[in-house]
Amino acid sequence: MMSSSFRWGDVEDEEVDVLPPRKVVGPDEKGIKIITSWRRDEDTGKLIKVIETVRVTKKTKKMSPAVLHRKQLKRFGDVANATEGVTLVSVDEIRLEKPGSRNTRSDNVDLGLPSSGNTSLIVCRACGKKGDHWTSRCPFKDLLLKDDDAVIKPAEDHGDRGDVTPKQSTGKYVAPNRRPGGGAGSKETTRYRDDGNSLRVTNLSEDTREADLQELFGRFGSISRIFVASDRGTGLGRGFAFITFVRREDAERAMKKLDGYGYDSLILHVEWAAPRERLVKERNDHW
Amino acid sequence: MRPILMKGHERPLTFLKYNRDGDLLFSCAKDHNPTVWYGHNGERLGTYRGHNGAVWCCDVSRHSTRLITGSADQSVKLWDVETGTQLHTFNFVSPARAVDFAEGDKLAVISTDPFMESVSAIHIKSVESSGLQQGSIKTFTGPTGRINRVVWGPLNKTIISAGEDTVIRIWDVETGEVIKKTDKENGHSRAITSLSLSADGSHFITGSQDKTAKLWDTRTLTLLKTYSTERPVNAVAISPLMNHVVVGGGQEASQVTTSDRRAGKFEAKFFHKIFCDEIGGVRGHFGPINALAFNPDGRSFSSGGEDGYVRLHHFDPDYYKLQ
Repeated sequence: MMSSSFRWGDVEDEEVDVLPPRKVVGPDEKGIKIITSWRRDEDTGKLIKVIETVRVTKKTKKMSPAVLHRKQLKRFGDVANATEGVTLVSVDEIRLEKPGSRNTRSDNVDLGLPSSGNTSLIVCRACGKKGDHWTSRCPFKDLLLKDDDAVIKPAEDHGDRGDVTPKQSTGKYVAPNRRPGGGAGSKETTRYRDDGNSLRVTNLSEDTREADLQELFGRFGSISRIFVASDRGTGLGRGFAFITFVRREDAERAMKKLDGYGYDSLILHVEWAAPRERLVKERNDHW
Repeated sequence: MRPILMKGHERPLTFLKYNRDGDLLFSCAKDHNPTVWYGHNGERLGTYRGHNGAVWCCDVSRHSTRLITGSADQSVKLWDVETGTQLHTFNFVSPARAVDFAEGDKLAVISTDPFMESVSAIHIKSVESSGLQQGSIKTFTGPTGRINRVVWGPLNKTIISAGEDTVIRIWDVETGEVIKKTDKENGHSRAITSLSLSADGSHFITGSQDKTAKLWDTRTLTLLKTYSTERPVNAVAISPLMNHVVVGGGQEASQVTTSDRRAGKFEAKFFHKIFCDEIGGVRGHFGPINALAFNPDGRSFSSGGEDGYVRLHHFDPDYYKLQ
């Protein structure tokens, strides 16, 4: 097998065989620029021609001379020799949440209860009125609860998770799960985060955002969590997302309807989210 | 919107201020270094090194050349904005709480805390480059407790002060008399933590630990509006573009660890300025919001929290359709 073994002479030959130069045409009057470049495929050694067509647009931004001057200032103080990374762009999409909207987590108004039918479940513990409002929304809340803290017993409710404040008479710190009813509340939380209601959506386009998925999936029921996988470096989506519904039935309906749905010129693939171990394993296999 | 997170401070934020052009954002925190950031992308331009205590408040001159900072190290310092060099230090016998440049940037008003034997006071100092000296032009005393905010009224004729004694006072600069003050009936019932003028200075908003924010007329000190929230209010700001006010706060820091994150109510809440109804909330901080500021163009705002982060939010296009 001498012929296939490494010979330095060959290497030199290859390096002599340089790629054709990169060629840029334009931009023309329409702002179209054509870049032709060459590269060699690492595996096969074939020459590949890459043609990129780019539209160049000019954007003029007016600013006062003083602002322009300050833009070019030298960094000073601790910044002069600091490692950067102090400023980051949030990964989460934050919306201006309308009061009482279904996405306001701290609000208890709509935890997946369709507005029709189930209203009798809503019982206000402050004033005892049925079907009108949750306790935290009670118009008489301030009046009633101030006198009688004992009314707050988060145990029976699942609407009031947001309002669990330490109302202990002793003034001693009590861990949330030791508080009366606190255990139930935390169990509740885990149930909502359960993977059982989660869908995995794949074949998404790169620029899909949480808000888009909220719009698409939100019509099937309340969503407790949306996670869009995105590349840390570029910020572009990686083409899949997890959506956790509050109720499994909603998730099931969404899956039935949207699996195979054409979205952004791609065919969505929706399935139950796999348990974590399986995912990790799959990923390892893939790499 | 995707907020820009600025983690330059190691301690809770105390104050945020945009310059007039809106291209610079100044932040003060309980760590000792006020910091300046670019207002559009949140990049750090520099820090002002020299204070030896928490910095409570700052103000920037109209042409963004000079910065004044008040600190718990009992000093107020003047800085060159562009290089971070110290120009002057005013020394006091108690921590400085609030600072504000007068129109024209020739005078500054400074409030100092009660400390040891000294009572809380409002000082007027000359900050002209030629006339820098230790002495105060005028000193007013009277309010009990800390004076958390002092600002100049229209034409530098008055000074508005608010603080722990829950009373908002309008002082005559010449005579040092209190021209107007709020009474128990329509005033706040607990300590006032923040005060912010509208863009034209005709009205201002105050936030208090009594869980309300109130809008006042600058000249007559009549109560215009009351915005009630369910959290102690630490910071307030008025949008220069829309009819909105934003209110931030949260439960006290000592209670944060003992309750659910959502119970803390750490969102910045937007209210309609005139109808007083809640428009929406912006979540994100892990602790109470201590400082809020609108960019003078009204297209972005930033919030500073007990968690040490400054979050800079550029509004989405649909924000401008909100009524």
